[in-house]
Formats: sequence, C-alpha cells, structure tokens
Amino acid sequence: MSTTNWKLWEVFLRSKNGLSHKHVGSLHAPDSNMAIKNARDVYTRRSEGISIWVVPSEEITASSPDEKEALFTPSDDKVYRHPTFYDIPDDVQHM
Amino acid sequence: MGTNVSLEDKFQSYVDAEKKVEPKNWMPEKYRRTLIRQISQHAHSEIIGMQPEANWITRAPSLRAKLILLAKVQDEAGHGLYLYSSAETLGEPRDKMIADLQSGKAKYSSIFNYPTPSWADMGTIGWLVDGAAIQNQVMLTRTSYGPYARAMVKICKEESFHQRQGYEVVMKLTQGTPEQIEMAQESLNRWWWPSLMMFGPSDDNSPNSEQSMLWKIKRKSNDTLRQEFVDKTVPQAEYLGLTIPDKDLVWNESRGHYDFGDINWDEFYQVVKGNGPCNKERIAHHVKAHEDGAWVREAANAFAEKQAKRKNKEASAA
Amino acid sequence: MAGGWLNGVKRDFTSEEALKEYFFFLADDALMLGQQLSKWCSKGPVLEQDIAIINTSLDHIGRARLLYQELAKMEGGAVTEDTLAYFRDHLKFRNALLLEQPNGHWGDTIARSFFFDTFNFYLFDKLRSCSNKTLAGVAEKALKEVSYQAQWSAEWVIRLGDGTDESHHKMQESINRLWMWSGELFEAHPMFDMLDDSFVRFESLREVWLHKTGEVLKEATLVIPSPELWMQTGGRYGIHTSELGFILAEMQSLARTHPEATW
Repeated sequence: MSTTNWKLWEVFLRSKNGLSHKHVGSLHAPDSNMAIKNARDVYTRRSEGISIWVVPSEEITASSPDEKEALFTPSDDKVYRHPTFYDIPDDVQHM
Repeated sequence: MGTNVSLEDKFQSYVDAEKKVEPKNWMPEKYRRTLIRQISQHAHSEIIGMQPEANWITRAPSLRAKLILLAKVQDEAGHGLYLYSSAETLGEPRDKMIADLQSGKAKYSSIFNYPTPSWADMGTIGWLVDGAAIQNQVMLTRTSYGPYARAMVKICKEESFHQRQGYEVVMKLTQGTPEQIEMAQESLNRWWWPSLMMFGPSDDNSPNSEQSMLWKIKRKSNDTLRQEFVDKTVPQAEYLGLTIPDKDLVWNESRGHYDFGDINWDEFYQVVKGNGPCNKERIAHHVKAHEDGAWVREAANAFAEKQAKRKNKEASAA
Repeated sequence: MAGGWLNGVKRDFTSEEALKEYFFFLADDALMLGQQLSKWCSKGPVLEQDIAIINTSLDHIGRARLLYQELAKMEGGAVTEDTLAYFRDHLKFRNALLLEQPNGHWGDTIARSFFFDTFNFYLFDKLRSCSNKTLAGVAEKALKEVSYQAQWSAEWVIRLGDGTDESHHKMQESINRLWMWSGELFEAHPMFDMLDDSFVRFESLREVWLHKTGEVLKEATLVIPSPELWMQTGGRYGIHTSELGFILAEMQSLARTHPEATW
C-alpha cells in the first residue's frame, strides 16, 4: 500500500443525550486525532452529533450472522469486507 | 443441483422477501461487482460534480448565494464520501476506485462533462440535475444492499435543500431584469436534454438493468424514471414562465403523461466515451488535485507513524 | 511619521469613523480569507480535507456577513452587506495584507491560516466583553469556530513540519515566505484612540501570539523567524498588494455587470 493512502476508520455518533452511539459510516485519516476532526466535518455538518467515536476498521471484530441464516456463513470475522484484508492484483478478473 | 446454484436461489428469495443484504452476508460475486460499479460511479459523480459548481463560488453575486453554493458543494463532497464509504464495505478500497476514475475505467454521470459558463447554470443544475438525481436516489433508499440504502437515506435528506436552492436561483432570475430572464432561459436550453440523458439509455438498450431490477438494486427502469422526471418538471418550468426546448412536448391525456421528443443518443454516447466538452478537463482537474496533495497525505502518514512510535516508547518506558 | 509608502493615508478619525473602521478590519479579514479558502473547493489533498476547509471558509464568510450587516445599518440608506462586499474598490478594503496572499500549496495556505487563526483566537476571546453588543455577540459565536480553526491549522503545521523531509522543507519555506505579512496583524492604529478599552487593541495580542506560534513551530521542529524582521503593512489603510485587484475583479464581476439586479 502506498504511503499516500490513509487508513480507514469507522465513525459512531451520539446524536443527543440519553442515546447510545450509532454507526454512521467510515472515513480515511492518518491517525485518531484527525479521524475525530474529519468525522466532525463530514458527519456532523448539520449538527447531527454531540459525541463522536472513531475506531480503526481493522480493529472491529464481528459476530457471525444468526444460526437461522447459516446460509450466509461469513468468510471472516470482520464487520466489513474492508480492502485492507484483501490483496488482489488488478488484472485478476471476476474476484 | 450444485451448492452454488442453491446459494444463488436462496439469495434471490432473501432479496425477494425485501430483506437487506449486509456486508457479511454471502452474495453472488456478480451482485458484488455490480454494486461496486454502481456505487463508485455514483460517488465519482458527486465528486466530479463539484467542479462545475465550484467554478462559480468565487464569483457568486451575493454573499448569501456564495454561502449557499459553498454549502451545497460541500454536501456533494460529503455525499461522495458516504458513497465511497459504502462501496468500501464491499472490499473495494477508495484509492482503487479513484485510480479507476482517473484512468477512465470507471465512469461518472455524463452530465458533469458540460460546462457552466453562466451563473444561471447554478440554478439550472440544482433544479434539473439534482432533481433528476433525486428521482433516482429516492428509489435507491429501498435498494437491497443495506449500506447503500442507508447512505441514500442520509443523502436524500440533505439533497432536498439542493433542488430548492436551484429552483430559487432560477426563480430570482425569472423575476429579475430582462438580462436575468434571458440567462435563465438560455441555461435551461442547454441543460434540458442532457438532464434527460442522465437517466441512462432507454430500457431496450440498457444491458445491466434487468439483472439489477431482479436483485432489487434498481427498483425502477430508466424510462420510468425519465418519464416521472418530465411529468414533474414541466409544470415547474411553466410556473417560472420558461420554455422547455422541445417542440414535441405535449400532454398525452390517454397515457396520463407528457410525450416528449427523441433524445440525441449519439451525443449521449459520445459524451460517455469521453468526447464531451469537459471530459478531459474534469479528469485533469481531479488528477492534479490528487497529485498536488500526495506530499501532504504522505507527510500526515509519516507524522502519524512517528507519533505512534513515541507513544509506544513512552508506554514501554513507564 | 516620516515619509514612506504610507505617507498619504488618513490618520485621524472621529469616533463614529473609528467604530466603522474596526468593523471593516474584522469583516474584510473574514471575507478575504473565506474567499481565498473557498478556492480549495474540489482541489484539496484528500476528500476529507476538502470538506474541512470548506467548513472554515463558510465560517469566515458567515462572520463577514454578520459584520457587514451591522455596518450597513451604521451606513444607512440603501447600503447592504452586498454593496459593501461587491461595490467597494480596493482602496476601501481594510483587510490585513496577509489574507490576500495567494493560496499557493497546502503548506502556504496552512501557514497563512495558522498566523491568522491564532491571532483571531486571542482577539475573539477578548472581544466577548466588548462594550459594543453586536461585536460581543459575534465574538461569542466566532470563538467556537475560531478555536477549532486555530487547532486545525496548528496541527497541520506540526504534522507537515514533523512529517517527511519534503514536507518539513516546504512548511519551513511557507512560514518564512509569509512571515513578513504577520506583523501587520498587531499594528497600532490611530483609530483605536477613539474607541474605549473594550475594543481590543491588536498590538496587545502580539506577545501572546508570538509565544503560542513559537510553541507550535517548535513542536513542528521548525525554525521560528525573527520577530525583528521587516513587517510589511498597508492593508489597514487601504494600501494593498496587486493580489487584491484580482481577487476583487473575480469576486465582484457578476454583481457589477448587473448592478440593478437582485439574486
């Protein structure tokens, strides 16, 4: 990975007192400090949040889907199939 | 019957039951590729779409108009980011998407390959282009892929201000001096047909549409959306006292819709292929910003690494 | 005052004129920087920073509007915020010369913002207790924005200064290049004599500004230029660099082409 790409963070917002943080999306930042600032600028442009959490996407571990839906057996334990988990050359087709 | 077939069948009945597909769920590879193509194309459209409007920020004729336009273009950056973010949940890194945009491998809405020589274009874009986009986006709030649908909900909420902003700009022009009225009409003349092209090829010539409808990625066909747009927009133009540049435009009582003239598909495909008035300029602008910023992004990473090392050192010293 | 570039400028003010001058200083600073920063739109080094810098631009232009609206009231008649922004010529603009300097690269923009945001932070903090209620109100609102901006630009100075060799070199050059325009922010001005003490004297912020910027530059591993170096002034008297002409030509072109239009 080239050093000009910033890593990915998941963003959680608490919209008002008494509610818990809710996942709103992700963004790129080199460190947690800028991730928080970027989150403020990107996800609270209309005062949607009073508290922000950012978590490196690669640090999140997810449960498997319900037994009932065993069909969808996940291929990994990450919430998202994020790019950092795959290293596929560009010329490999249909991946 | 192989396992693969039954997985795909089960996926189809899952989608048919109006359940949302989430990143961790199994999905057909082609579903994933289709989504990446569509979402990234949508994201690129937001990002490239900043340029024709950013063109007027420094010259906006009042401070209020300047603030509104700036806020609107900022929203587009935000929407691009939401969309990149949802495409990334499918395993496609943003830098890959950006590389594909810059190499011409990925497309964006062809409407942004038209120039904005007039202030009136700031109104017309909001009114027609955002209006057409909303038509599409409202449908997409019910798309089958969860992160995409959620991004669209957020975008639609914010987008409603854009169309009103545009309409207001045009309205003020049509209530203004003769020169302003002329500006408004001239701008409508240029943008009307490209706006209709925004919905994509007609249904007979839209190769990916059928599968996308089946998977509930798309919920309405190109022609249906286009017709809805025309029906909605004609009365808005009448209210402004502007003339839509189509001599075949007429209300069809039996269909309950407006009939309208033929779209110049040759122009559409030429612009898609890269021959529009601004294709090269738009990409060159994006590439330049990206390249000019490389040293900045690199420095931020280098600094973050140094900071992390310092923290580790402190921690191990304590 | 002996002969020199600023020999011919007006130096005596009535208290009414002085109040307007004070408002114009703040309003024109804000408009000029907001206008310059808005040019980054779609050109930032990364999408997230495009959004951040537009936020800042919005804050500045928003603040300029509040101040122009108050000025329009003082001027009376048909004067509006827009006639003040769009129909004054360069001689009437009172912004510090720093703010009309071109955007340059990201480091230049950061250096310009860093000098100004740090000044603004201390200024608005103190102005909250100004005897002029409008100004106090603007300061209260501005302080929240400006605190964020000052932190944002200082962090970028540190990040670039202590980033790669290339960014360190570039940031140092930006600091050096823009340094000569920083002193004007703290220039003493005769109009202050006509205002009560709650109108912050800009020169009173110089020490704390030098201290703060010194700290940040040190953390950024950058060399602090000498405060004794020559500082170019003129903006507060309407004497500007050539840049301003182009900025105004662009900004005012449409409004002036249709002077009787409303938008």
